[in-house]
Amino acid sequence: MGQAEFHFLLVGLKWTVILSAAGFAFGGVAGLFVALARTSGFPALERTMAAYIAFFQGTPLLMQLFVVYYGLALIGIRLEAWVSVSIGLTLHASAYLGEIWRGSIEAVPSGQREAAEALSLRYVARMKDVILPQALRISLPATIGFLVQLIKGTSLAAIVGFTELTRAGNIISNQIFEPLTVFGVVGVLYFVICCPLSIIGAQMEKKFAASGR
Amino acid sequence: MRAPEPASAEPIIVMEHVEKWYGTFKALYDINLAVLKGERIVLCGPSGSGKSTLIRCINHLETYEKGEIRVDGVLLGNRTVAIDAVRREVGMVFQQFNLFPHMTILQNCTLAPMRSLGLKKAAAEDRARRLLDRVKVLEQAEKYPAQLSGGQQQRVAIARALCMQPKVMLFDEPTSALDPEMVKEVLDTMIGLAEDGMTMICVTHEMGFARQVADRVIFMAGGAIVEEAPPQEFFTAPSHERTKKFLGEILP
Ligand SMILES: Nc1ncnc2c1ncn2[C@@H]1O[C@H](COP(=O)(O)OP(=O)(O)O)[C@@H](O)[C@H]1O
Ligand SMILES: [Mg+2]
Repeated sequence: MGQAEFHFLLVGLKWTVILSAAGFAFGGVAGLFVALARTSGFPALERTMAAYIAFFQGTPLLMQLFVVYYGLALIGIRLEAWVSVSIGLTLHASAYLGEIWRGSIEAVPSGQREAAEALSLRYVARMKDVILPQALRISLPATIGFLVQLIKGTSLAAIVGFTELTRAGNIISNQIFEPLTVFGVVGVLYFVICCPLSIIGAQMEKKFAASGR
Repeated sequence: MRAPEPASAEPIIVMEHVEKWYGTFKALYDINLAVLKGERIVLCGPSGSGKSTLIRCINHLETYEKGEIRVDGVLLGNRTVAIDAVRREVGMVFQQFNLFPHMTILQNCTLAPMRSLGLKKAAAEDRARRLLDRVKVLEQAEKYPAQLSGGQQQRVAIARALCMQPKVMLFDEPTSALDPEMVKEVLDTMIGLAEDGMTMICVTHEMGFARQVADRVIFMAGGAIVEEAPPQEFFTAPSHERTKKFLGEILP
């Protein structure tokens, strides 16, 4: 495998990172609202969000990407592959992160909410200043775990013809007939991105378990 | 025209025929209580008798199904405006302190005055430092709650509530979660507050505290107010069987 091929893989890697970052960032913002709706205390809203989460957790990511890509095309909205994949990943991430953060919000001791209410803090201040900072800490290991899953999940974008890292590997492999070498390198590239995240997640888990707060 | 009533005879908290259910379980039976400005009330009774439920109704941490509660003239209904107004006037101290663990002691004390009263940071910090000094934990201002002893944390919780400059303070068993050697420092802080004329309702089994500062001791059992009397009378001549039994159990 020559330098040109390796460079092609790096471009694929760049798109993998961009897709993951977009899915995680937009999905994170949307997921925050999913988590807040899920803990809002309004039964109709909570049930709707539970259904939304159940749908995305109960169907394969691949199918979700298909539905967005071909579904939107069917109703006449033609998007570039990377936009369509980003939307699919965003929806997917919003459901998973929403569920992770709902659990973390509920894991904050009820005395915290009561103390905030007794101090006459309204909902926004109560969430922003008291509950969410504590919930975020609780959720960090699971959040990072999901990010790693999401990065690997972007490889499914290859199916709709988007050239991220996995598809770049496929193309190169078909050109130079060295599948083992090429996918070895592809694997190492995924690993280099995901492994540090996993280590950070594990360290944080240990740290919070030790300090108890 | 009627002559204005003397300040001390003016009730700041009025509960009338308040009843509360948790689902099908009735937790409060026909609660009637008027607390005068500057009055110090000790609320006692066996575990599960509804003491926490009663005082948590006053700042709407619990809802109630029947009756009326007025705090400083404001009728506490389900309107957010009224609830916020009441909560600004009523401070609460919890058994488990409930300090915000991710904030320093100083930030714990400045958050609500800045967010709810709109104080500028500098003004909120001045106020917080003054009150932390008053409860003798000023030198801990930059630390986090987990770095403080239980007694210190509870004094911070008192200072945090005082930073809202409340007219009433509610205490829900503030010394029950403390190691014995730290009970006194918290009680002394509460006594100081009482001497400064704060209106207080204290759920506590510290009968020494009740004797020393209470104007009235109220005894609850089974979700109802069974008996109320000034401490002298309450301890020497309780009139109800249940009160006698309770006092026999907790007094040495
Ligand atoms: N959230 C709740 N749900 C159901 N029952 C409750 C709840 N909180 C308190 N209770 C019940 O109400 C009664 C009064 O409780 P509480 O006011 O905490 O008593 P106290 O503070 O005097 O120990 C108890 O029997 C308790 O089990
Ligand atoms: Mg209680």
